[in-house]
Amino acid sequence: MKLSQPVLPVTQPVSLRLRLLESQSVATTLRLLRNGKGAFGAAILLVFVIMAAVGPQLAPYDPIELHLEDQLAPPSAQYWFGADELGRDILSRILYGAGISLQAGLLAVVLAAVVGVATGVLAGYMGGWFDGLIMRIWDTLLAFPAIFLAIGIVSILGPGQLNAVLAVAVINMPTFARLVRATTLSVRNKDFVLAARATGASDRRIMFRTILPNCMAALMVQIAIAVPTAILIEATLAYLGLGSQPPEPSWGNMLQSAQGYLYQAPTYGIFPGLAITLMVIGMNYLADGLQDAIDPRRQRARAKMS
Amino acid sequence: MQTYVIRRLLELIPALFAASILIFLMITLAPGDPVAMRLGTEATPAQIAAERTRLGLDQSLPVRYGIWLADVVRLDLGQSLYTNRPVTTLIAEAFPKTVQLALISLALSLLIGLPMGMLAALRQDRPTDTVITGLNALGLAIPNFWLGILMILFFSVQLRWLPPSGAGNADQGMVANLRYLVMPVLSIAVSNLSVFARFTRSALIDVLADDFIRTARAKGLAERVVINRHALKNALIPVVTIVGIQFGRLLGGAVVTESVFAFPGIGRLTVTAILNRDYPVVQAILLLVVLIFLVANVVVDLLYGYLDPRVHLGRAE
Repeated sequence: MKLSQPVLPVTQPVSLRLRLLESQSVATTLRLLRNGKGAFGAAILLVFVIMAAVGPQLAPYDPIELHLEDQLAPPSAQYWFGADELGRDILSRILYGAGISLQAGLLAVVLAAVVGVATGVLAGYMGGWFDGLIMRIWDTLLAFPAIFLAIGIVSILGPGQLNAVLAVAVINMPTFARLVRATTLSVRNKDFVLAARATGASDRRIMFRTILPNCMAALMVQIAIAVPTAILIEATLAYLGLGSQPPEPSWGNMLQSAQGYLYQAPTYGIFPGLAITLMVIGMNYLADGLQDAIDPRRQRARAKMS
Repeated sequence: MQTYVIRRLLELIPALFAASILIFLMITLAPGDPVAMRLGTEATPAQIAAERTRLGLDQSLPVRYGIWLADVVRLDLGQSLYTNRPVTTLIAEAFPKTVQLALISLALSLLIGLPMGMLAALRQDRPTDTVITGLNALGLAIPNFWLGILMILFFSVQLRWLPPSGAGNADQGMVANLRYLVMPVLSIAVSNLSVFARFTRSALIDVLADDFIRTARAKGLAERVVINRHALKNALIPVVTIVGIQFGRLLGGAVVTESVFAFPGIGRLTVTAILNRDYPVVQAILLLVVLIFLVANVVVDLLYGYLDPRVHLGRAE
């Protein structure tokens, strides 16, 4: 990119800041891993990522393979976590479920971030009626409690994994849009933006190359916060029968089936929930650590206290 | 003050209006033809056309929205497509149960969450704090439906103390019916109290670092007085705002929890209605929830202005 363009002094701040961002992100990662909470969260998440990556190879059985003679078998050497109502191996299903949860959570949040960022930066940069219209739409969505909105959306689209992902994406869009719009408004008239405009940069270039990098830190934090919540809501939708459908081994719908057999197979109701809880705890700690790492003042302010 | 209250309430109208358009569109654009559903597959085209006219479905969208809105304002929410009962009756039956659940949970979350947060803040970075923050992290991560399942396993399956589902009935008496509330209330309260505790902790820690606290200590006030009179009062102001936000979560928690315990409130009504594609019911519930949520936010704003005199209500903007 740098070679193909004439190097004008005024474009320098942009590329300089980009480089700075890179070195900052390295420093941030280091701070994150040195931070107790961040390292703890990252470790848990790593376990689940590995589970999602190699789980299918490690799984002792096919997650939808039936063993009708072993219905609701208790944990044993054969089935470590027991077998479900159709004799499917619960451990194998949980291993597969890790990938399903991670994918669903990430996909929903990435989708939300893309739409939210695009509309937010456009609204903030263009202003006027466009800003008013876009932000009214997002504000309207914020008038609904998240889970109700998700349920409402799924009720129109129909139950299913992809629709649940879409619903969770939609409920996250307003937050991203507002975040990016606020930053855009605050830097829109700063010198480096005016300089970029003076060099003849297109609006698109100014929005996405000049303004957007200023939102990156806040965006990373918001993504880190949103993913575990998205995973929780998707598990909830699946549990209610509105998300991924059986025989798909998602943790939410495993718990829905498990609830029908609590008296016969108590352990069936425990393992999938434990998996969700651990994954969400890990991600929450990671998000917390990331906030400390990006904004060291947050931590120092607390250190000063004690 | 009065003009401010009125202005805030008037400001609700456009928000509700926007939400009502969204809800109307959501349901109108939803798949499935209500006429075909009502008449079945045997209907002739003429019958279908007649029914469409009768239901007003041959009108344009804005006209249909106007008619629908006029009905809603008169509290005529139509009939359930599934049970054929008036939607208002269904909601009137279910709503008090959910309110009961939500309010008891809210009270319990505040009663436990606030002291927990204060204790953690006052013992910052010591073992008590570590334990409390750890518990709160757990409370925030645990899905409330799984918590419900765990409680059923423990209290109903293992100990056989509490009924695993339902809400009891009137002739069993108050006390017997309270037993049905224990697990639903707890499973909603846990995540909420964790939010309250977390928020209280950080608010109190912030306030304790302020100069006026140092002044209060410097002038020789007893630590108890410093905490009670000066720190807590200021720390609790931001906590009030979070209560409003949590109100939406509380209702959301009720949807899920009611399904876990087959508790016949609004949440269970919502999920059943969606699974049955019973759109009038879904529509009415969404409207009600938005209304409650928005009003709760206004109430919190007003309370905030009342608690913190620095917020000038009349001249806000």
